[in-house]
Amino acid sequence: MTGSTMTGRQAPERIAYWQALDSGRLLLMAVAAMLVTAAFAATAVDANLHSRQHAIYWAPALAFGGFIAFGELLRLALPGGREAAPIAMVGAMSYALLLALPRHGVGRQSALLVIAVAAVGMTVGALPHIAAGRPAGIAGICARIVAVACVAAIFRPLVSAGFVRRPWELAFAIMVLLVFFGWLIDTVIAALIRADDVGARFAVAMLDEIRLQWPLGLAVGASVIITVFSTKTLGLGVLAVFAGPLLVTQVAFRRYAGIRATYLQTVRSLARVTEVAGYVETGHSRRVSRLAVSVGRGLGMTEPDLLALEYAALMHDIGQLSLRDPIPGGATVLVSPADQDRIAELGADVIREAGVLDFVADLVRCQSWPAHGHDPAPPLGSMIIRAANAFDDMVGGSTDRDRSAAALDHMRFDPIEYDARVVDALAEVAGRRVPSRL
Amino acid sequence: MVSRAAWLYIVLVVLATGAMVEVAHKTQAGFHPRLLDLVVLQILFLVCNSAKTPLTSRQTKWSPSSAATLAAVVLLGPVAAALVGATSLISPRRQLLVAERLFNGAMHALCGLAAGLTYVALKGPVGLPQPTKFWPIVIAFAAAAAVHVLANHTLIWGVYRLNRGSGMLRREGLESSLLLLLASDLGYACLGLVIAALWPIMNWFSAVLVLVPLFVARWAMGQFAEQQRAYAATMNALCQAVETKDYYTRGHGDRVSRGAVMIARQIRMNSGRTEAIRFAGMLHDVGKLGVPTQVLQKTGALTEDEYAAIQLHPMRGLEIVREIGFLYEALNGIMHHHERIDGRGYPMGLAGHEIPEFARVIAVADAFDSMTSTRSYREAKSIELAIGELRRGAGSQFDPLIVEAFIAALEVTEWTLPGPATAPADLTVVTVQDHDDPTAPLQVVIP
Repeated sequence: MTGSTMTGRQAPERIAYWQALDSGRLLLMAVAAMLVTAAFAATAVDANLHSRQHAIYWAPALAFGGFIAFGELLRLALPGGREAAPIAMVGAMSYALLLALPRHGVGRQSALLVIAVAAVGMTVGALPHIAAGRPAGIAGICARIVAVACVAAIFRPLVSAGFVRRPWELAFAIMVLLVFFGWLIDTVIAALIRADDVGARFAVAMLDEIRLQWPLGLAVGASVIITVFSTKTLGLGVLAVFAGPLLVTQVAFRRYAGIRATYLQTVRSLARVTEVAGYVETGHSRRVSRLAVSVGRGLGMTEPDLLALEYAALMHDIGQLSLRDPIPGGATVLVSPADQDRIAELGADVIREAGVLDFVADLVRCQSWPAHGHDPAPPLGSMIIRAANAFDDMVGGSTDRDRSAAALDHMRFDPIEYDARVVDALAEVAGRRVPSRL
Repeated sequence: MVSRAAWLYIVLVVLATGAMVEVAHKTQAGFHPRLLDLVVLQILFLVCNSAKTPLTSRQTKWSPSSAATLAAVVLLGPVAAALVGATSLISPRRQLLVAERLFNGAMHALCGLAAGLTYVALKGPVGLPQPTKFWPIVIAFAAAAAVHVLANHTLIWGVYRLNRGSGMLRREGLESSLLLLLASDLGYACLGLVIAALWPIMNWFSAVLVLVPLFVARWAMGQFAEQQRAYAATMNALCQAVETKDYYTRGHGDRVSRGAVMIARQIRMNSGRTEAIRFAGMLHDVGKLGVPTQVLQKTGALTEDEYAAIQLHPMRGLEIVREIGFLYEALNGIMHHHERIDGRGYPMGLAGHEIPEFARVIAVADAFDSMTSTRSYREAKSIELAIGELRRGAGSQFDPLIVEAFIAALEVTEWTLPGPATAPADLTVVTVQDHDDPTAPLQVVIP
């Protein structure tokens, strides 16, 4: 997976699903599979479901199952190549926390029935995705099932024991806790998978997930509680009514994620003008940005910082556009420090012009500063860009180990210019490199 | 400022509201809303109303306050709904004019009344919702919500039209977000029923609970708008960077983009395509970077090879922007913007309607801006002269329909001419020939 280092985006080339499996995912899927098997087995032999009173089980199960399937169908792409299914989560969690329905009385579904319904609903909702050739998102489904299972296992016994009948404040407080608990499980699993996928540290990945997921988690949590209480007065029909506002919220999130993706695409494409204009070698900006992001991740940078680093690395040579003639070979590592400073300044001016990317401009401006002995000291991102740029100027797209070893030695030899930590991280990333298809 | 017609309109809306309250009051004799519930809903309304979110432009603000009004429709009836809507009179936003407050108050009251009367007319039960009456409530509520959204948009549209003249919707980019706006309003109107459903259990706390997803949605909308602005600004900055190479063509991309959008609106392209042509116009000459500077700046006739290098620039541009998630059409526009109707253009020599519409539009805006800008070898032409040149080229170089559309658009929208181009003293090298200028074609040595 050559492309996996760029903010976690999957490389366009498809690989067989089993090849992408790792032990963490496997464990998750095994746990989810065990839960679901147990749930189906218990549901199949449940005498209540075959009794004369079966309607009080089937109607809510069908309604919530349909809602979950609908939510799974409308998955939401989040920044950084993530996927969420907030509406499915609202459905499944509400079913797990269901108190009572006006015509059916107290919700009598067992935790295992909740798991079975969630599993069927999510699978049905995932089928159209598979039919359309999109990824099935099995890991996401498994994470959701595990989270719902934990919540249901705690709450369903409480309901059958009659603990949460009144006052409503008690039920409300328990629900708030449980919804938060479920969200935490989902987020921890997501962070574990993420850390494994992109090679980030777990603590950093967890912080990133929390930062990114909390608004959506808040909306889902509040929606779950709203659904549970409003179905208590008006019945299952509320599900259809409440789908409206949920959809609108989801559209808002989708637009936000969409414009972020377009933004990145545009910067990626336009950063190539320096290549087309013959200022730098083909593929230089992308290789530098890819290297820089991997190094930054290795050094424990968080996702917002990595995004700024990616933008800065993509545009680090844009200052050359203001030069009259291209530098021979485009290798900035070969020109005098004064010229390097000037190119960096010009580039930062261009970026500052946008008015919204000043932090990126700062990274670009400081990229020509030596890592040590400069006052003020350059930010970490700039040191990374400096090293990645030098490495690519010397090695280019080649994956020849001798060449990259020589380049790394050259940089290690110069601990004033290049920060030792950065060079070490770079050496590790370079060691992982496989022949690039660019 | 508020025009006289708009004032008249506002007074009419206020009077209509008063008359309808009278009617509603008569039909609802003896109905006394519970005061505390009313106040809670009014506060909910104010909170939603004061936290408006900009949608796409600064002009279009969106707020989910209709949920409060519609909850009042179900719980307390039409008159109470009007009272909830009327609270926007005392909205805490300070920058509002008196006329705006008056209009907002009357409009929201009128919408609440209309929705409430619809609800009652369709036999929707007013008061705490009973589970046995689910279907009557839902059917009447759906109609009430639709009436509310429609009344709201019609009344606002009326005041915009009177106050800023027609075409305002289009110019503010409202059109592109109108569908989203309607859908969002309808979606959040449903929350009114959810609030009502929660009311028997948790009373006023239901208003608090419902605010949470509302504010998250608002946050996401705000993030979207912010990202969109950042995106446009970055795009602009990058395009300027591309243009720094040549003093005389600065701002060219931006002006062509504006011209192309003017034409697009004139020929009534839909909003998605208009947005795409805006970017296509901005980026149409990006490929010029791939042409060696010596060729662009050469004085005198070009060799055939050099001419070929210039002819390649649309392809180079395509190469750069191909991976941006644009509409396919924008790429076509960039690639073919130097084709001619008579088939003698480049790079493909397409003719007539083989040339994509985007390219025909950009070609006209492109040539016009080139002619009305100063070049090192000539002064800028006046707009009239440039229009004359466009007319002369119509049918051979340009699509006559597009030329006429552009001329018509120029009559309503003002064209901002580039500032006087006095090259800075230290910058001695400038483009000597402009490949976009139809009045001074490139000189090519014919061997």
